[in-house]
Amino acid sequence: MATAADGRLLGARSANTSSFSRARSSPSAVLPSPPNPGVKVGPNGATFVSSGIPDLDRILGGGFLLGSLVMVMEDADAPHHLLLLRNFMSQGVVHRQPVLFASPLKDPRAFLGTLPSPVSLSKEHRQRDTLVDHNQQDQEKGLRIAWQYKKYFGDQQSSQIHNRDVKQEFSNDFDLRKALERQHVQYIESMSIQDIPRLTILRDRCSNFLSGLPRSDGGNLSAGRIAIQSLCAPQCGYAEMVCIIVYTEPKDSISGLGLGCLYQVSEINYSLFKCGCCGNVSHFISFACISEEMAAPGRYIVVYEDKDMAKLLTGYQDMLGLLHVHKVAHNNSQVPTVLEASTFSLKLQKRRSLSQLQNMMDDGFPGLFKHTTNSQLTHLQSPKLLVSQECFFMGCNHSMRAMELGTKILRLLFIVSLSTSAA
Amino acid sequence: MNPSPPPPPPRDPDLLEEALGLGRGGSPPWRLAFVEDCVETSGAFVLHHFLKRALSTEGDGTVVFLGLAQPFSHYDRVLRKMGCNLSVQRNKNKLHFIDLLNLEFLGEQKLSNEKGENDREIGFMDLYNRILRSIEAIRSKDNNGGWTTIIIDDLSHLEIAAHGSVKHVLDFLQYCRSLTSEMDCFLVILNHEDIHSSDEALQMLSHLDYISDILIKAETLSTGIAADVHGQMTVVIKDAPGGLIKKLHSFQFKVKENGVEFFYPGSRF
Repeated sequence: MATAADGRLLGARSANTSSFSRARSSPSAVLPSPPNPGVKVGPNGATFVSSGIPDLDRILGGGFLLGSLVMVMEDADAPHHLLLLRNFMSQGVVHRQPVLFASPLKDPRAFLGTLPSPVSLSKEHRQRDTLVDHNQQDQEKGLRIAWQYKKYFGDQQSSQIHNRDVKQEFSNDFDLRKALERQHVQYIESMSIQDIPRLTILRDRCSNFLSGLPRSDGGNLSAGRIAIQSLCAPQCGYAEMVCIIVYTEPKDSISGLGLGCLYQVSEINYSLFKCGCCGNVSHFISFACISEEMAAPGRYIVVYEDKDMAKLLTGYQDMLGLLHVHKVAHNNSQVPTVLEASTFSLKLQKRRSLSQLQNMMDDGFPGLFKHTTNSQLTHLQSPKLLVSQECFFMGCNHSMRAMELGTKILRLLFIVSLSTSAA
Repeated sequence: MNPSPPPPPPRDPDLLEEALGLGRGGSPPWRLAFVEDCVETSGAFVLHHFLKRALSTEGDGTVVFLGLAQPFSHYDRVLRKMGCNLSVQRNKNKLHFIDLLNLEFLGEQKLSNEKGENDREIGFMDLYNRILRSIEAIRSKDNNGGWTTIIIDDLSHLEIAAHGSVKHVLDFLQYCRSLTSEMDCFLVILNHEDIHSSDEALQMLSHLDYISDILIKAETLSTGIAADVHGQMTVVIKDAPGGLIKKLHSFQFKVKENGVEFFYPGSRF
């Protein structure tokens, strides 16, 4: 009698009653971090890939959620949406992640020539790097001495080395003036959407690409990136079917293997998009990934130029435009990780420190109360994207356009600076 | 001499429960609740709230969950942080999770012809039958006296699965609604309000507004986003479906990992 009861108890215990069973089963809990530098494990079992802009990664709470779909809405007047696309792809190349690029251009290869290359490191970085190199050399020396015991070392040592790599390499700075070398670019799989008569074919290409990715084993997560440029461009005549590809494509993604997607939707053709079979576009993005482990809502970014904001900001001439984040993906949690719906400004700027930028902002928004500021001061040594994050409480009488954008009071201003002085 | 420990602070009344007229663990006094959110503010936490409430030990509720937006693992993790183990509830036959992540009713080729329409109808009928079977399976076991809630997360995915056919989705909803009286169920539906609402989307929303007994709306703060307030919530209680507004509650919320904090505007600092 008692034994039967015990048996039942044991049975009940084995049936997933412990609230800590996740830690036991999750491979990420065993390994301190995945050995892949291009993939970062965040809180709540979320996995990130870098957007290619370090400060944007930081603002988004770690980068693009692996398995999520990012929609970038282009502004017809401003070309800087391409910054996001290029950096996203370049970062993938740097991490040796397979990249699929689909574009409405006749020759998508030509676009690959414009991808930025990672920036050469500044003096500080170099110093730090040499230090690291010394350490590594010491370690290697140790390894050389004990080379015959190598087999006893196991994975631990190598994972430590990788950990350091993760810190260094998760997100690179890119020099927008320098093109990525040809030999790297040739690994990007590219295709022209114009050649594809039906979206199902594009979808099949994407799923073929996904199935060709190396499967993840244990804690080693692998990621692939799919970048689709101007999906709703007039030259591809299937705007009304867009939701189909968004919906079904990630279903083929393998469990434990995510993809970072970047879709660009031209704002001109947004009406076309709306006329499609479902008007709820903003929410398409929220069911982007449908793999077992990391189905995730996505992000929805709009890049546009804001004429009314120009009156508010004195430094508007230097700015490329504004970046409006509508929605931030979160996985396995109901708490919004980052302030959703925030506006950032993208800026092209010469060598200038952040403190000066802040002053400029204060001049620009005379009636503003600064909420938080915790970015470190960095002098730009080489052309790269730098993002500073400032939060402001805006006064009540700011432009109607700003009101309309939904963020209403608290805004994040996001400044991407491009210094033209060479390293 | 040890001073006696201070009495625990009185628990804040849960404004949402109050607004919805819910007692502790009892079945709700309404049949169809419609949760509407927007791009900036997700209303998924309301569903989590209902899910936890229905499956809590105090209540004898059971749930049929149509998971279209997220996989089971997501809900499992979220609810675990709220103190409710979905895996156990599923094993106890108190929760039927219908995984519809990959739901698609027909191949694209059949879109235009007659057969495509039929496929859609067949797809929805299958789905309806699955829900019906789930309810029967739940009822057949020990949970006879309990009340069943059908939760749909979220409706816009059904629309996509039907390749944008609002007509079919509304038909399906009518069937689900009939379940509330036939099988004595409660229906909770999440849908999104789009910032770029088209006429078609509005048609859907207004129809849902009409047939629902209770409308729960999660929005961003009208005054902007603040660090300690995530949004505001409006609960509209109607006389009868399509009837006049009986009561209207409005309060703010902050979403936390283990639950949601509701409070009246200005009562938190």
